[in-house]
Amino acid sequence: MWLEVAGATRHFDGRAALDGLDFGLAEGEIGCLLGPSGCGKTTTLRCIAGLETLDQGRILCRDELLSGPGMHRPAHRRGIGLVFQDHALFPHLSALGNVEFGLSQLPPAERRRRASELLERVGLADRLDAFPGQLSGGQQQRVALARALAPSPSLLLMDEPFANLDVALRERLVGELGALLRRTGTTALVVTHEQQDAFTLADRIGLMREGRLEQWATPYDLYHRPASRFAAEFIGRASFIPACCNGSGELQSELGPLREDSHATHCSGPVDVLLRPDDVVHDDDSPLKARIVERSFRGADFLYTLELSSGRRVLSIVPSHHDHRVGEAIGIRLDTDHVITFPAAG
Amino acid sequence: MTRLTRAPAATVVLALLALPALLPIAATVLAWSSPETGIWAHQLEYVLPRVALNTLLLVFWVGLGSLLLGAGLGWLVAFHDFPGRGLFSWALLLPLAVPGYVLAVVAAGTLDYAGPVQSWLRAVGDLDLQRLQVRSLGGAALVLILTLYPYVYLLARVAFEGASRTMLEVAMTLGEDRRGHFRRVVLPMARPALAAGVALVCMETVADFGVVAAFNVDTLTTAIYRTWYGLFSLQAALQLAGLLVVVVMATAWLERRSRGREAYAATRPERERLPRRRLRGARAWAAMLAALMVLGLAFLLPVLQLSAWAWQHAADLDARYLDFALRSLGVAGSGALLVVAAALLHGYALARAGHAVARGLGRLATLGYALPGAVLAVGVFAPLNALGGLLQGTLVIMFIAYLARFLAVAAGPVEGGLARIHGGLDEAAATLGSSGPARLRRVHLPLLKGSLLVAAILVFVDLMKELPITLMTRPFGFETLSVRIFEMAAEGEWTRAALPAVMIVLVGLLPVYLLSRRMDHVA
Repeated sequence: MWLEVAGATRHFDGRAALDGLDFGLAEGEIGCLLGPSGCGKTTTLRCIAGLETLDQGRILCRDELLSGPGMHRPAHRRGIGLVFQDHALFPHLSALGNVEFGLSQLPPAERRRRASELLERVGLADRLDAFPGQLSGGQQQRVALARALAPSPSLLLMDEPFANLDVALRERLVGELGALLRRTGTTALVVTHEQQDAFTLADRIGLMREGRLEQWATPYDLYHRPASRFAAEFIGRASFIPACCNGSGELQSELGPLREDSHATHCSGPVDVLLRPDDVVHDDDSPLKARIVERSFRGADFLYTLELSSGRRVLSIVPSHHDHRVGEAIGIRLDTDHVITFPAAG
Repeated sequence: MTRLTRAPAATVVLALLALPALLPIAATVLAWSSPETGIWAHQLEYVLPRVALNTLLLVFWVGLGSLLLGAGLGWLVAFHDFPGRGLFSWALLLPLAVPGYVLAVVAAGTLDYAGPVQSWLRAVGDLDLQRLQVRSLGGAALVLILTLYPYVYLLARVAFEGASRTMLEVAMTLGEDRRGHFRRVVLPMARPALAAGVALVCMETVADFGVVAAFNVDTLTTAIYRTWYGLFSLQAALQLAGLLVVVVMATAWLERRSRGREAYAATRPERERLPRRRLRGARAWAAMLAALMVLGLAFLLPVLQLSAWAWQHAADLDARYLDFALRSLGVAGSGALLVVAAALLHGYALARAGHAVARGLGRLATLGYALPGAVLAVGVFAPLNALGGLLQGTLVIMFIAYLARFLAVAAGPVEGGLARIHGGLDEAAATLGSSGPARLRRVHLPLLKGSLLVAAILVFVDLMKELPITLMTRPFGFETLSVRIFEMAAEGEWTRAALPAVMIVLVGLLPVYLLSRRMDHVA
């Protein structure tokens, strides 16, 4: 592992901000930390950067111990880059000066060459001498990125790098960032609260909750194989319907029979089955009917909220030419290639 | 020209208000265009080189000294925690209450060859420090540093306290430790503030008359005085004043240039402040002692010594003394009224005539603050005296020079107050049937009361302390407290200067109190 975090624990005023965190990143991988605010994402970054100490556990980068029992390598000797949430550019230095800041061990000419090359790479070749006050939010963000990349850090950390930017700009920057990181082979860990950014960028996503890692998985698995009800509800849209297991992989629900994955341990007794909006398919021929109680037109498709005969509600994504009115009953069927179940809630 | 006609009355008012500051500059320029050859040749050969060198040396040492002392103390107070920090934070401003010439009197009275300290050293330790001259350029520099460092300290402290924790963390993730962060981030970001503070100190040093006169150090200001009152050559005095104007302008230009385009906004206030480092043990003691030593030398000991001397000479406090005091209060009080009234006119005229010409005239009117008192004295006196002695024996010339020098002091708070009254308020008052003078009385004055009071207090205290203008332009035999101190110092009667000095210091505490209160509001 390029980055390894093991059992990381950190308390603030008696409250655990990090509570036994374990995960790792391979060389060149991009990881994202997702989670509700206050779940410990930023604290994780600060501990890895060396701005906070650990109470327990270890952090290693390239097999070198950075934080561990009784030891803490200070931030300025870790060689880890950090892009701060509000960019935090030095107001007294130009864009070039900001990027040159971390290159003080290089001779001046070399420093200048490397800094302008990086600024060029983030598309700011013509703003080298601009001061932070003269740059737009997106430009400041790019300078901050170039500044963090300049000393060729072994690991790049980014704290909500796209917060405070408008949506269109954010989408473009996320794409650019991903391309840049992969081109430079940079290993990176990005904190965000936008799951779309995480899905676009990450090789692995860590979902955090109250200082713990709820799940550490690829974006696909996080969406389709959530490890907990919390993960299922936090990532994407989710609805649950009750079902009964017979212990041999067969489930009975009000939407008909379902089959569990063959390799999964079979459940027994009452469970809740996770249904993603794309698991519920509109089919005029289906004998199963549900009434539309809410619809939201999203351009390429509709997101319908459907009420079953039991009064339970599920979500369904339907191509946009199936334009039905609220109150109409439409035919549906389930299209699941795998079934995720959780013990029935109360 | 069409814009000029928009508010002709306001423009004329601004032009009139700019006259007191323009008059001396014009006079010095004119004096240079027709040099008085006889005396000037003498000046050029015997006086000017020494005087100019002294002035430059003094500015250099005082600028450097107050930079080190002010920035050092600002650094100590802003970034460290030690016993008494909160107290020192504002107490280190107290020396602002002690005019330079008062501290000079104390220093000369205690540390001179015949003074108690050296006498005691000779008696007890058989230590003869005859060569240690207090009344020297070095002594004057030390006295000025101890009275002027608070300007740098105040600006440095505020700038340092703007340093945020985030900036330290950014620097650390880029490979710098705390020291590197200070050198490469905190210091450069505070540079404009430090430069402004040092420039202010340099201007005050160039303008100083009291300290160098008390210590017999010949600088451009004392040379003006001697040329005028000793050689009776107004023309040559004006020419010297012209040189002083050039020095002042050069200082202001250097400061502007050093600031350059880096007039960036302060750090965003929502950022978490850099946590203060708690000093323990010997370091805490050292920090406390350093702050206490500066405060002791610049304020506590001098005030104690002055009080003791004043007590010794309590018998001096007779009807004649009360007369000096009342005269000082009268001059400062009426002067403050005049200057604040002018500042109010200035503010209203600026608001009324918003065009560039008016703004330029408005700037010119406050420019006089940069001119040394000695320059204003001779520069206002010479042209008005040419009117033929009409003003002889009156206070008119003195007050015009006061106006030129202190309009800027009052204009600051007054403009701040006016800025709070925006146009909508006027319109609201008009719809309620309140107009003209009634509106001024019922709407503006209550809103401006605080600002006007602050402006009046600041000018009042400055006038109480003022020495060169009063000394040079007063009618014959007209004595104030500051003039009295000057005369006692000139005769070497240091201890007798204490009584008037104590009064001036007491009055001088007022603006320091205002300043520290305002800082609490900011913090």
